[in-house]
Amino acid sequence: MSGDNEETQTTENTPADEKQAQDKVISPEKSEEAKLKARYPNLGNKPGGSDLLRKRLQKGQKYFDSGDYNMAKAKIKNKQLPTAAPEKTEITGDHIPTPQDLPQRKPSLVASKLAG
Amino acid sequence: MAGPGGDMQWCFSQVKGAIDDDVAEADIISTVEFNHTGELLATGDKGGRVVIFQQEIENKNLPQFRSEYNVYSTFQSHEPEFDYLKSLEIEEKINKIRWLPQKNAAQFLLSTNDKTIKLWKISERDKRPEGYNLKEEDGRYKDPNTITSLRVPVLIPMDLMVEASPRRVFANAHTYHINSISVNSDDETYLSADDLRINLWHLEITDRSFNIVDIKPANMEELTEVITAAEFHPHQCNTFVYSSSKGTLRLCDMRASALCDKHSKLFEEPEDPSNRSFFSEIISSISDVKFSHNGRYMMTRDYLSVKIWDLNMENRPVETYQVHEYLRSKLCSLYENDCIFDKFECCWNGNDSVVMTGSYNNFFRMFDRGQRRDVTLEASRENSKPMQVLKPRKVCAGGKRKKDEISVDSLDFNKKILHTAWHPQDNIIAVATTNNLYIFQDKVN
Repeated sequence: MSGDNEETQTTENTPADEKQAQDKVISPEKSEEAKLKARYPNLGNKPGGSDLLRKRLQKGQKYFDSGDYNMAKAKIKNKQLPTAAPEKTEITGDHIPTPQDLPQRKPSLVASKLAG
Repeated sequence: MAGPGGDMQWCFSQVKGAIDDDVAEADIISTVEFNHTGELLATGDKGGRVVIFQQEIENKNLPQFRSEYNVYSTFQSHEPEFDYLKSLEIEEKINKIRWLPQKNAAQFLLSTNDKTIKLWKISERDKRPEGYNLKEEDGRYKDPNTITSLRVPVLIPMDLMVEASPRRVFANAHTYHINSISVNSDDETYLSADDLRINLWHLEITDRSFNIVDIKPANMEELTEVITAAEFHPHQCNTFVYSSSKGTLRLCDMRASALCDKHSKLFEEPEDPSNRSFFSEIISSISDVKFSHNGRYMMTRDYLSVKIWDLNMENRPVETYQVHEYLRSKLCSLYENDCIFDKFECCWNGNDSVVMTGSYNNFFRMFDRGQRRDVTLEASRENSKPMQVLKPRKVCAGGKRKKDEISVDSLDFNKKILHTAWHPQDNIIAVATTNNLYIFQDKVN
């Protein structure tokens, strides 16, 4: 037993030394996390939680929501019609999309270049 | 330089697709799949098109040319749709293609976009009838009064025509986006999986399907994980597996109950809580799961690694291979540019001895399980001289960069290889870059 203890002390760090070393070396993942939190202080602590997943489930562009459209129309009755930004947004909000804003969704009539 | 499998080296064979750097979105390859004999190779793209290549038969006995594949058929599988009720666009992008085993002269495949699965029949026509009594050769009808004799039309050879026709459309069964389809070994049924549910279909029946897994919580606020991939066992028609965004695998037995919400086996590697970070769950999300051909193992791909699981051991994988560990110190920027959500696939070779997966910078990785060797290769136009041997690539994580090494910061994260496929019986591989399909074969001495 005593022989074993001697061996441990000469070949390995003591547990106290190891912990000190670990405290100094942060895993690359944790240092990346610190970087991210520094850039986005409002980032929630549960990344894999509902928000991320729900965003994933809602993939697919929302174009025209007649409810939003009518609400927005009612809101800006007294204001000038804003020019629509040519930008894909997930929520229409106050901005009324016009047909010109919607990118054309046509089926591909062109053959695949892999077959060329 | 030795590669996996002893002295196996890989040579360039062909590359399909346009050379121009300006890639149209429709041309982005979204799936690659060999059929069961390897004679046919199908690709699907973001534009909803399928292109099928066929192995050149005449070259089958010439070892160095056996990986020549030529266009066999191409068709528009899916078209963009608009769900007016939900005000959602339904992409025509082909998420997966799966071949059915061949039963007669025709070939069948299943292709799916986010919402609809289609069964396509691909058949050959190489004869046409000639010598009708009532019709001219160009199809116009003859004046019956001019016909004085009777003859039997004969079938004469014609140039091969390959026709693709949709035989079944399996629609309206998925509220969420379909990520997987898998044909059952019973040759009668297949499953389709979306983020929250898995359905079982009969290939002949399109107006209904059985729901076999449903993980949708009663309250969507309680949603903690989604289904990321699913596959039937290659031999046991009652068994299938599905993977989750939390890095777990669930093996289910359809004999146990009609709704397989309760798994038969749960495969999960315990996590060291002290190592947990903001990124842990995201990078543990499984992007692909594949059974080995012998049915004894499963392979999973998460963001940084490939893991091999023995069906008999649930508490940890039997093998773990690091694909690009050097990215662990880049997770912050990979999160910002969304690359951390890239879904890489993985595949087995025919005898389950080597596994392959893609990475960034048009690199792809092979891990030889027996030889405990791995190699990084690159699919690029610079290395595309006929039969040119691919030189192994090395990424320098930090410190002094050796000659021929590439540093992590020089990697092109827009050049991702997400889809790769391995010929089921031969050392021929298909590797898809963004819009090109590379075919490589092993070097013949």
